Amino acid sequence: MPIQYYIFLCLTLFSIGVVGVLTRRNAIIVFMCIELMLNAVNLLLVAFSKMYHGAALQVSPASTAGIDAQIFVFFIMVVAAAEVSVGLAIIVMMFRNTHSVDINFLNRLKN
Amino acid sequence: MNAIIISAFMGVVMMFSSWGTSSIKLQRNIGLLGMLLLIGANIAHLTGVWVIEFDTKGMLVFNRIGLYANTILFVLTFIYMWINGEEIDKVGDHTHTADYYAIFFFILCGVSVLTSFDNLLMLFIGIEILSIPLYILTGADKKNLFSNEASLKYFLMGAFSTGILLLGITFIYGATGSFHLTAPVINPTTNMPVEHFLMSAGLILLFVALNFKVSAAPFHFWTPDVYDGAPTVFTSFMATVVKAAGFIAFIRVFEIQREALGYSWFIILPFVIVSTLLVGNITAVFQRSVKRMLAYSSIAQAGFMLFALYGRSIFNNEAILLYIVAYSLATIGVFAVLVKMKDYSFESFNGLAKKHPALALLTTIFLFSLAGIPLTAGFFAKYFMLNALLTAGAGLWLLIVAIVFAAVSVFYYFRLVQAMYFTSGEPAINEIDKKYEFKLWLIAAILIVLGVFPSLLFNYLYF
Repeated sequence: MPIQYYIFLCLTLFSIGVVGVLTRRNAIIVFMCIELMLNAVNLLLVAFSKMYHGAALQVSPASTAGIDAQIFVFFIMVVAAAEVSVGLAIIVMMFRNTHSVDINFLNRLKN
Repeated sequence: MNAIIISAFMGVVMMFSSWGTSSIKLQRNIGLLGMLLLIGANIAHLTGVWVIEFDTKGMLVFNRIGLYANTILFVLTFIYMWINGEEIDKVGDHTHTADYYAIFFFILCGVSVLTSFDNLLMLFIGIEILSIPLYILTGADKKNLFSNEASLKYFLMGAFSTGILLLGITFIYGATGSFHLTAPVINPTTNMPVEHFLMSAGLILLFVALNFKVSAAPFHFWTPDVYDGAPTVFTSFMATVVKAAGFIAFIRVFEIQREALGYSWFIILPFVIVSTLLVGNITAVFQRSVKRMLAYSSIAQAGFMLFALYGRSIFNNEAILLYIVAYSLATIGVFAVLVKMKDYSFESFNGLAKKHPALALLTTIFLFSLAGIPLTAGFFAKYFMLNALLTAGAGLWLLIVAIVFAAVSVFYYFRLVQAMYFTSGEPAINEIDKKYEFKLWLIAAILIVLGVFPSLLFNYLYF
């Protein structure tokens, strides 16, 4: 399959994530949309990795070109997990104080 | 490398030190000692001594400017910790000192990755090590709704910009097949339309994400709320060391990679600079709270620091280092006065000169430095920055815009001076002891010495 299909699929997923972040009011759902953005990027990275690896295999069968993108994907997963742990803690902290996870709560500072 | 290892190690030590001892004073001193150790280890690296020697396979490249920037940021953090020690203890429920210091050390680990990365993977890791602890610091005051709001907002915006950063990195990888910054960039004139398009799109996404991190307009909207809502001592740290590290990373990425953007770089960058200066300065004029005014002033100063991205001569490195020192020291100083106030309105500063003449004078020196009045470091910081801009061949109009907005900034900084000296009233300020005042004098002295001999700071860059 040509790489363009992957690029368009990932951009669609990414855009769904961006639109979700910008329009939804529930902190958890906004958070899920951010995860969707990160996973769209993961998919694209793996697709590019395959593309470069496949091209390099034609030249030499022992090539490791394109492996680094897959390692990058693991790093993104780990960092996203760390971010989830902090983010959920923040949302829980907010829920304890206000009994709601609505983003509209975020308007006090504007005076 | 030394700095990365020692800061991560000290972070763990601090986490366990709250187990070992319940004395807050001891924990604070361990933190300060760790900071000294960190500065020492980094200087050792500058002279070529490694704690553990190993090959980073080109993921990290330690050059002099990066290591020197590291030293400067560590010394700034040390000064910050030394001055604000007691205030840091008071955040939250007065029992988490060691945890806050651990978080500071983890942030510094991120800072040292950001000053030495040579691979986009390391850029991503560095930015995340820097930001994730900051979300925690912002929400450190758990019972305070403002702090909650600020941390949630910061977290959502930070994670969103991480997504954009990653998409940018992925596009760059798609175009070049490598994460290395020094990989041959795609020349815009060669005939590879798809690769060229991917590369430009990736770089612009990267630019947007980094603008989020250093709070440049039009991606600044989270900054005032977050800086306002976070506990004041931590705002001081976020607005200085963290922002400076963001700029060092910014410069490292775009020093080489901007080639691929060709001439459009000189359209995008001035647009961002001018809008940052405009938004930061004009909005700061209308603020009623000093803390919020300082948040907008930090956006405005970010506009000035972005000038360092315009050219890429040694002048830019000198200018950004001096600017970081001048801006950070003055901001740490103003915030150190601000944490002692009972409320943060301009009115609470009324008549401060009558009650505490020394404190009013110190605040005035810090504000002068922020505004760029001669004889303070802020003046030479702005001067070197504009000099670097002219050397890089920027249009004169950009220079004029910069000077006009520097003049606007004088207006809102002097509103505070005016409240202190020319308005009578009872200042709402807590007790300040002589020792605290002495520390503030030290900052003011550094600012004035650098305002007379700015080259003191650069000599180490070359020898």
